[in-house]
Amino acid sequence: MGSLVGSRVERKEDRRFLTGKGRYTADINITNQTYAVFVRSPHARAKIKKVNFSKASKASGVVSVLTGADIVNDKIGGLIAGWKIVSEDGTDMKVPAHPPLASDAVNYVGDHVAVVIAESLDEAKAAANLVEVDYKVLQAVTSTADAMESEKIYNDIDKNLCFDWLLGDRAKVKEAFEKADKIIKIDINNNRLIPNAMEPRAAVVDYNTASEEITLYTTSQNPHLSRLIISAFNGVAPENKLRVIAPDVGGGFGSKIYPYAEEVVCSWAAKKIERPIKWVAERTESFLSDCHGRDHITHAELAVSNDGTFLGFKNETIANLGAYASVFGTVTPTYLFGPCATGVYKIPAAYTNVKAVFTNTAPVDAYRGAGRPEATYTIERLVEKAAVELGMDKTEIRMKNFPTEFPFQQTLVHSVDSGDYAAGMNKAKQMADYEGFEKRREESEAKGKMRGIGVTSYFEACGIAPSAVVMSLGCGIGLWESAEVRFNPTGNVTVFSGSHSHGQGHDTTFAQIAADELGVPMENIDVVHGDTDKGPFGMGTYGSRSLTNGGTAIVKACEKIIKKGKKVAAKMLEANEDEVEFKDGEFIVAKSNKKKTIGEVAFACYLPGQYGEVKSPLPEGVEPGLKETSFFDPANFSFPAGTHICEVEVDPDTGETKVTKYTAVDDFGRIVNPMIVEGQVHGGIAQGIGQALYENAHYDESGQLLTASYMDYTMPRADNFPEFNLGFTCTHATTNPMGVKGCGEAGAIASPPAVMNAVIDAIGTEISMPATAEKVWKACKENKKSNAKAAA
Amino acid sequence: MKKVSLEVNGKKIAKNIPDHTILSVLLRDILNLTGTHIGCDTSQCGACVVHVDGKSIKSCTTFAVEVDGSKITTIEGLATNGKMHPMQEAFKKLHGLQCGFCTPGMVMSAVDLLKNKKNPSDKEIRDWLEGNICRCTGYQNIVAAVKEAASKM
Repeated sequence: MGSLVGSRVERKEDRRFLTGKGRYTADINITNQTYAVFVRSPHARAKIKKVNFSKASKASGVVSVLTGADIVNDKIGGLIAGWKIVSEDGTDMKVPAHPPLASDAVNYVGDHVAVVIAESLDEAKAAANLVEVDYKVLQAVTSTADAMESEKIYNDIDKNLCFDWLLGDRAKVKEAFEKADKIIKIDINNNRLIPNAMEPRAAVVDYNTASEEITLYTTSQNPHLSRLIISAFNGVAPENKLRVIAPDVGGGFGSKIYPYAEEVVCSWAAKKIERPIKWVAERTESFLSDCHGRDHITHAELAVSNDGTFLGFKNETIANLGAYASVFGTVTPTYLFGPCATGVYKIPAAYTNVKAVFTNTAPVDAYRGAGRPEATYTIERLVEKAAVELGMDKTEIRMKNFPTEFPFQQTLVHSVDSGDYAAGMNKAKQMADYEGFEKRREESEAKGKMRGIGVTSYFEACGIAPSAVVMSLGCGIGLWESAEVRFNPTGNVTVFSGSHSHGQGHDTTFAQIAADELGVPMENIDVVHGDTDKGPFGMGTYGSRSLTNGGTAIVKACEKIIKKGKKVAAKMLEANEDEVEFKDGEFIVAKSNKKKTIGEVAFACYLPGQYGEVKSPLPEGVEPGLKETSFFDPANFSFPAGTHICEVEVDPDTGETKVTKYTAVDDFGRIVNPMIVEGQVHGGIAQGIGQALYENAHYDESGQLLTASYMDYTMPRADNFPEFNLGFTCTHATTNPMGVKGCGEAGAIASPPAVMNAVIDAIGTEISMPATAEKVWKACKENKKSNAKAAA
Repeated sequence: MKKVSLEVNGKKIAKNIPDHTILSVLLRDILNLTGTHIGCDTSQCGACVVHVDGKSIKSCTTFAVEVDGSKITTIEGLATNGKMHPMQEAFKKLHGLQCGFCTPGMVMSAVDLLKNKKNPSDKEIRDWLEGNICRCTGYQNIVAAVKEAASKM
């Protein structure tokens, strides 16, 4: 049997999606269901003086109106920050209370004040308009840069500062800087983004009055975590009375890792009114209340010697957390950011200092790459600038500082197990025809255009685990992953995974893995995930962790199946266990050439006897049945890496920037399905180009989100991109048996600096993200003016 | 209330509906054809694209009464006798979808493109699909799938 792992296998899940049979949360309707509409704050910061819902309660079709007072009465807990960060001075981070419905203050536009539940959606909407909220509007804090000097949002949080965190050694860095020939400095932003999964968030809740069990269907990347939080922290129901199902989920990108107020409120309310409730976000609600991503302001410096050797690095960042500390909101700008900010380079001394601030904006949490795009953008902008200032080639300066020995002890935290950064760089240069760039630049100039080339070499730490390490750093949960592999008596297989697929194609890749391990045809293997009542507790999908952790758990469970199968086969084949070999789905005894298929062994495990004779195929002490569970906790993160090279052409008359050529060479270790991996890279690059050129969440001074629809927030479209040119190198990960590394975030991590370095190369001026046509046009005009002045 | 008579995926239907019923609501909530998706409320994302008398339209901003008497095809009506349309086959073969949410609208829009243009260039495909947003694929394999389908039709 040929190996499925490594093959371009078409996806098992596609037929249902292509024929309209996907079942997303909003497609689910339950008999007797009601509809929920949330009353949201129109103000960025206000005290709630009074909520009057008497008119709304009496409106047509209204079943119930619930407010923050009911949350308090029922002792429903607040939303949580999942990761504790300790400041440089040893104090714990400061976190405000985050009730699912506000009772005395609102802190961003879209904050939840009340929920109206009615017989129809139209009636719920109409009644929501009748809820009168008397606000005392306060001065909003919206600027990341000025938050620490602004009015306090919360009485007990000075300077609006959640924490002031340091990773690294300031004294060593100071010493390194004193020895440098040159200090390269940058001041950059990492623009606030809105994840914009195409499926808006939704919750459909059923309540079984007999068993007192709540079933929550929801748009989640991580249903077990949702159940744990809604049960243990919000106190809506005990875990055994709460079932969370994340059916087909239309994209997540980090924004659906954790439960939001709406899921908590709808679950609690359904139990209260003893009826099913349906809530589906409108797109503008998603813009206002989905957690946003990025939003950093950074000053960074790189100390170099004249030959281009990197000596030291400092990074001073202000990270905007929004109004509340969200579940991964505090780890994203710290442990997911700081360690990666020294990039793929040997830098003897480094530190990252992050001041995380609260503002009256939507909470900020993980968005594709989470911390690592911000880190890579910082170092790769610096390195490119260093090349310019030292008059070196931008690829040579990188090569000069790459580590060549692995494991590579990276400056701040990670021991990188494997990699070959020069191989990636060389392949990318060749594929991008790097040497031919100057000729293409001349061709563009002849047409009156400006052409630039930009490079990024990145590594990232993903596959987020191991549990003991992340918990030592403040994580509130373990980050292992689970799988159960269950043979059914007739020989087909169900694989239960704790990972969750919302576009990644686990139905296919996980079946490829199990098929290879067990020698069972892929069509006889089903992958089940996304339901807390099926399979073991799982940690969900984010941080490019599903294959390294969830995939490995499947391998480990299959190994246990085969181990037990060997025992049973040995008895069936009248051989010793150590004489039995397993290959391509068969247990074979070499000396007698007798064999049993794994299907026959499974059948015997479930029907251990025969008619007319008291005889079992099971050896003494072996239990009937054939299913095994594995919880895999890896020894380390996984460290994909690579080099991306981008070329842009700028029209100075319109400011329009076109990405004309994009080359990505990535090392993801062993690849299970190249077709799916390429798709992940394409999508990541597109989101990164979106960040660099188009996307920006813009709040005005009063805290109104001005980009709250697709007419105002620039989502990248098909005509914004060229065809991406992908290549791969391969060094196997040493921390999992398949040698795989994560691939989901690399594109979004590597592309923003590659694009921005190219834009800056083209126009010759530093510019902030997003490099919109307006900004680029203005920069070109300024350049022209100053060039003319210089000439005169 | 208004009565609308339509042919949806080859089946004749007649329903009494509130005047303000949007076509996507009729399809999803009344006819239970949930393959047509709602991704925005502003006619921007294209997840709701269906065919009305053979032409692609955005069903989230069309009143059901506006299309009274028309023939409507949704993603559920594209396959014939269980065999997927060449566009659906091409999306599967070339990994033109990931989470699947934008896919029904994307496929319906692409099918209409090929009615207008038999062998579109990359640029023509990208321009046509400008009204359909996908957050997962970076559009590359969608473009490849449309070309593949064009070569098969």
